[in-house]
Amino acid sequence: MSEHTVYEPKSALGRWFEERLPILGFVKTHVLDYPTPKNLNYWWTFGGILTAMLAIQIVSGITLAMHYTPHTSMAFDSVEHIMRDVNYGWLIRYVHSNGASMFFIAVYIHMFRGMYYGSYKAPREVLWMIGVIIYLVMMATGFMGYVLPWGQMSFWGAKVITNLFSALPFIGEPLVTWLWGGFSVDNPTLNRFYALHYLLPFVLAGLVVLHIWALHVPGNSNPTGVSVKSTQDVVAFHPYYTLKDGFALIVFMLLFAFFVFYAPNYLGHAINSDPANPLATPAHIVPEWYYLPFYAILRGIPHKLLGVVAMFGSIFLLFALPWLDTSKVRSGAYRPVFKQFFWLFAIVCIGLGYLGSKPPEGGYVIAARILTAYYFLHFLVILPLLGLLEKPKPVPSSISESVLAKNSRRLAAQPAE
Amino acid sequence: MMKLTTAIAFSAAFILAAGFSQSVRAAEVRFAKDVDYSFEGPFGKFDRAQLQRGYKVYKEVCSNCHSMRLLYLRNLAEPGGPEFTEEQVRALAASFQVQDGPDQSGEMFTRPGLPSDRFPSPFPNEQAARAANGGAYPTDLSLITKARAGWTGTFRQLAKGLGGSEYVYSVLTGYEPEPSELAAEKPPGKYYNPYYTNGHWIGMPPPLSDGQVTFDDGAPNTASDMARDVSAFLAWTAEPKLEARKALGFQVVIYLIVLAVLLYICKERIWSRIEH
Repeated sequence: MSEHTVYEPKSALGRWFEERLPILGFVKTHVLDYPTPKNLNYWWTFGGILTAMLAIQIVSGITLAMHYTPHTSMAFDSVEHIMRDVNYGWLIRYVHSNGASMFFIAVYIHMFRGMYYGSYKAPREVLWMIGVIIYLVMMATGFMGYVLPWGQMSFWGAKVITNLFSALPFIGEPLVTWLWGGFSVDNPTLNRFYALHYLLPFVLAGLVVLHIWALHVPGNSNPTGVSVKSTQDVVAFHPYYTLKDGFALIVFMLLFAFFVFYAPNYLGHAINSDPANPLATPAHIVPEWYYLPFYAILRGIPHKLLGVVAMFGSIFLLFALPWLDTSKVRSGAYRPVFKQFFWLFAIVCIGLGYLGSKPPEGGYVIAARILTAYYFLHFLVILPLLGLLEKPKPVPSSISESVLAKNSRRLAAQPAE
Repeated sequence: MMKLTTAIAFSAAFILAAGFSQSVRAAEVRFAKDVDYSFEGPFGKFDRAQLQRGYKVYKEVCSNCHSMRLLYLRNLAEPGGPEFTEEQVRALAASFQVQDGPDQSGEMFTRPGLPSDRFPSPFPNEQAARAANGGAYPTDLSLITKARAGWTGTFRQLAKGLGGSEYVYSVLTGYEPEPSELAAEKPPGKYYNPYYTNGHWIGMPPPLSDGQVTFDDGAPNTASDMARDVSAFLAWTAEPKLEARKALGFQVVIYLIVLAVLLYICKERIWSRIEH
C-alpha cells in the first residue's frame, strides 16, 4: 500500500524519541492505520489467532522449561512434578499440550482459506511459500515437543519418525545414528530435541515477521479476489480489524478452554502416561492427530523410500501451488467447478487423517492408497487443467461494488415495511 | 453433474472404510463397562467418602503388589482428594517403616513414615516384583486411569471421556471363564479377562471378593462396590487437580463469554459506521 500516514508525536519527548528510533511511527503505519480490505470474512481472522497461539505457546513453554528436566531418567517424573506440585503447573502444561493442537487447528483453517480464495496467487507467492516454511517448522517443533514428556508414545513416535531417514540410500543408516546421537533413541536424542524445541519457536517468530512483511507489501487478499482499487475499498486495521479479530480470538479461546479444562487428555494418547520403555513396543504407534494425513500417505505406499518421498513430497508440493493453479481468477468463490474439487480435496485430507489413525492393514491401506493418489492428482492434474478448462463466473469490478451488490440483495430480501 | 460424481466418490470411499473398520473391530478388546462417577461432567467433584474407601481398598489389597510412586502421603490430606485430616495422615504414615539415611556414621536406618514421604513401594525393584509375581510386573498405579482408555472412537471419547476409571473397574470385575475355543491357548498361571488391553490373558488373579475389605462408614462392600471405589481413588491419583481444574474452567468460560459478547457489540457499532 503506497498510502502512508504520517505520525507526529504530540510531546517534545515523543518527537525527540521518534527522530532517533521511529518505531511508534512504524507501528502507526503498519498496525493501526494499515489499510485492510473492508470485506474480509471470519476465515481471515486465523492469522491473528495463530500469532496469539504462538505467543501463548512460547510463554507457557518457557514456564514449563523452568521446571522440566531433559534426562531420560527424570523427564517423565519432572512432568508429573509439574502436574502435581508446581503452582498451577497442571494449567500451564495442559495449556501448552492442548495449545499445540489448537495451533494446528488454526493453521489448517488458515491454509485451506488460502487455498479456497487463491491467496497464494501473484503477487503473494512469496507470502505463501514463507507460510509453507512456517508450517514445516511447526511440524518439527510439535514433533520434538511431543517427545519431551518421555512417555511410551513419545519414545516410540520418536523412534518411528527418525527411522524414516534410514530409508535414504547409502547415507540413511549413518544419518539416523547422527540424528540420534547414538545407536538408539536415548538421552542424547532427548537433549537435542529439547534444545531444538526451545530454539525453533523463536525461528517461527522470525518467520512470522517475514510472513507479515510479505503480507504488507501487496496488502491482504479478500474474498472476491479483486485487488484493492481505491480508499473506498479499505478500512484502517484499527479499530475495525482489531475488534473483529479480537472477537474471533476470544471465541477460539472458548474452544481452547473447553479442551484445557474439560477434555485435557482427549487429543493425546493414553499410553503416553506410561513412562517410556524401550523394551515394550506399543500395539499401535500413532502420531499426534495433526500428522495423521501424512502418516497415512507414508504407510499407504508399500515401498519404504517411496513412502518417505511421497510423505515429504505431499508437503513440498505446496511450494509449487502458486504455479500449479493456472486459473486467472483468484477467488474460488467465482469458480464453480474448482469449488467442488476444493471441498472434495478437503474431505480427502480428513479421510487420510482418519486412515492414519487406523492400523495399517487390509482395507485401510487400500483406501489410503486411493486417497493418496487423489491428493497428488488434485495438485498435479486437476488444478492445472481446471484453470484452462473451467469457465469462471463474472468477477465484480471492485470490492466496494461487491459490497454494494451484497447489501442491495439483502435489502431486497427484507419485506417492505 | 460434478456434484453427483463427488457424492459417488465419497460414499464409495466411506463405505469401504466403514466396512473395514467393522471387520477389524470384532477382534478388538471389549469396551469397558460404563460406570457413573461423581467426578464426571463439567461440575463433577470427587466423593470424599468414596476416595477414602478407595484408599482403603488400595492399601489392603492392591498395594501388596502395586506401587504408587508418584504420590506422597501428604497428598491424602490435600484439598480436592480424599481429604483425610492431618492427624489421620500422620497416623497412617507412621504405620509404614521407611528406609532413610545415611546418618552421621554413614549407616542407613529405618524410621516411621512421615506425610512428606512417598507412598512406600511393595518391592525394592522390578526384578523382585517379577520374581514374586510369576514373571509379570505389577504396573505402577499412580497414572493408571490416565494411561488406559476404556473405549476407542473419536465421538464416543468426546461424549463419554476416555474411560480410564471404567477400564480399571471393568478389569477388576471382568474375570470370566475362558470361552471354550480359547481354552487350548491359555498360558499357565494366567486368567481370562476380556477387558484387559494386553490381549485377554492377565497374570493378576481376581483381586477382589465380596466382603474382603470392611469399610469404616459401613458402605456396601461387594467386589463391584470395592472396584468402583478403588477406581475412583485411582482417578484422583492420576488427576489430583481435577476439581481445581473444573472449577477454574467454569470461571474462565464465563469470563470469555462475557468478553466475547462485549467485543461483538463494540465490533458491530464500529462497523456500522461504514458500508461493508
